[in-house]
Amino acid sequence: MDFSLTEEQQMIVDTTRRFVQSEIVPLEDELDPDAGSVAPEDYDRLVTMTRSMGFYGLDIPEEYGGPGLDTTTRALMAIEMSQHRAGLYNPCYGVFGGAGLAQLYEATDAQKERWLYPTLRGEKKGCFALTEPSGGSDPARAIQTRGFKDGAEWVLSGSKLYISGADKADYALVFARTSDDPGRNGVTAFIVDTDTPGFHVRRVVHTLRATHYATELQFEELRVPEENILGEVNGGFAIANDRLSRQRIPYAAGCIGPAIRSQEMAIDWAKSREAFGSPLAEKQAIQWMIVDNEIDIRHARYCVLEAAQKADSGGRFRTEAAMAKLVATEASGRVVDRCIQIHGGVGVTKDLPLERWYRELRIRRIGEGPSEVQRLIMARDILGGSFK
Amino acid sequence: MGIRLSKPWESLNPDTVASLPAQLGVYQIADDEGNILSIGCAGANYLFGMRSALEYEIELHGERATRFRFEFTSNYRSRWDELLMLHLYDNGRLPVHQRDEEGRVGRLSPN
Repeated sequence: MDFSLTEEQQMIVDTTRRFVQSEIVPLEDELDPDAGSVAPEDYDRLVTMTRSMGFYGLDIPEEYGGPGLDTTTRALMAIEMSQHRAGLYNPCYGVFGGAGLAQLYEATDAQKERWLYPTLRGEKKGCFALTEPSGGSDPARAIQTRGFKDGAEWVLSGSKLYISGADKADYALVFARTSDDPGRNGVTAFIVDTDTPGFHVRRVVHTLRATHYATELQFEELRVPEENILGEVNGGFAIANDRLSRQRIPYAAGCIGPAIRSQEMAIDWAKSREAFGSPLAEKQAIQWMIVDNEIDIRHARYCVLEAAQKADSGGRFRTEAAMAKLVATEASGRVVDRCIQIHGGVGVTKDLPLERWYRELRIRRIGEGPSEVQRLIMARDILGGSFK
Repeated sequence: MGIRLSKPWESLNPDTVASLPAQLGVYQIADDEGNILSIGCAGANYLFGMRSALEYEIELHGERATRFRFEFTSNYRSRWDELLMLHLYDNGRLPVHQRDEEGRVGRLSPN
């Protein structure tokens, strides 16, 4: 594997790094340590900059007006974009634009007109409603929300849990069981306008992310027209599963930024802080933590870039993506933990970003498929012989 | 867990505020009739957390603000959003000086 960057990739990385350090980090000096957004005037100014850089809408496919970055370059950018206090979950506070729900690119032309294009123009927001109180790691079997056909409409009843953004969404992609098949062949994806009678955001679910909440949804006799089905009836799980695989590489890459920044902070601190007559950096206990951090960071970066290159080559990358997700989320958590230990008392205060990264990185080991599911995916591929 | 702030109201004055710990959390400010004047959060940027936030509210509302109730929480931002959503659901509008927040706040329809 050759991980040296092309001239263009190096330029993009350098540009992104400068943008983060000169435009994003200074804004955070004035923000609440748990802030998830910047002032509207700052947001507008920064979006103007990312548009002029040609980087707005990073994840939008080229044929829909996106910049057309390959997965490797996108991963390299994710590593840079996350190197600030809010960077893990709000890289650059969203000023690089969103791409909407990836599944909508598979929608019909009429569905695209109604939901995808307004989303790309920033006029509508969507949310992804898959997980239920009965479970999220095995959604194909856990889904209990039911859909029954009634004339030209479908009637949905059930609930969803840990759904992000539903309280502000204009539409939701809702997965419901529409046949007696208890597994993946009985699930259909519906695009549901959130102002439809019977769509309820019942409560806020608070998490380790102090600035962000998930929601619990309830559907009561929610009537959805037939034309709102995304894909085929009983073919919804493939749509959900496709997203889960694709998301893993940028999700993993975004974890590495805070780990890199934590390591830089820990090195600076270890060189300047003295205890027992010498800098911390001269103590073997600290040196070994710094070395272990470097091993974790490089290991995570290697796995992410290997998965990205495999994806770019057009080959199967499911095992590599699972490995990248597993290694990057767990390694970055260990790095930030060690960096807090090196900093001592100040490491757990809100004066530094370490405590926020520590809390938020814990979620990353669960979100987008927990570590155990990633191991399950890899085991299936390795033992099943599909991994070469 | 009850999602509304239902603790008893306390008298809002410099003495009660000074007696509070400097912790992070959320609060409501009301007048004598129980009309909510502010729903706020005491974030980590306040020098003395809840104390500093309530001192700011006294300055903002003057003598109209006579009562407050609070809840300490490290999830002060998401809890604040939740209280704003609940107020919007119950009353249709946010307190007058917080109407700019209405475009930002989500929709909630609790049982």
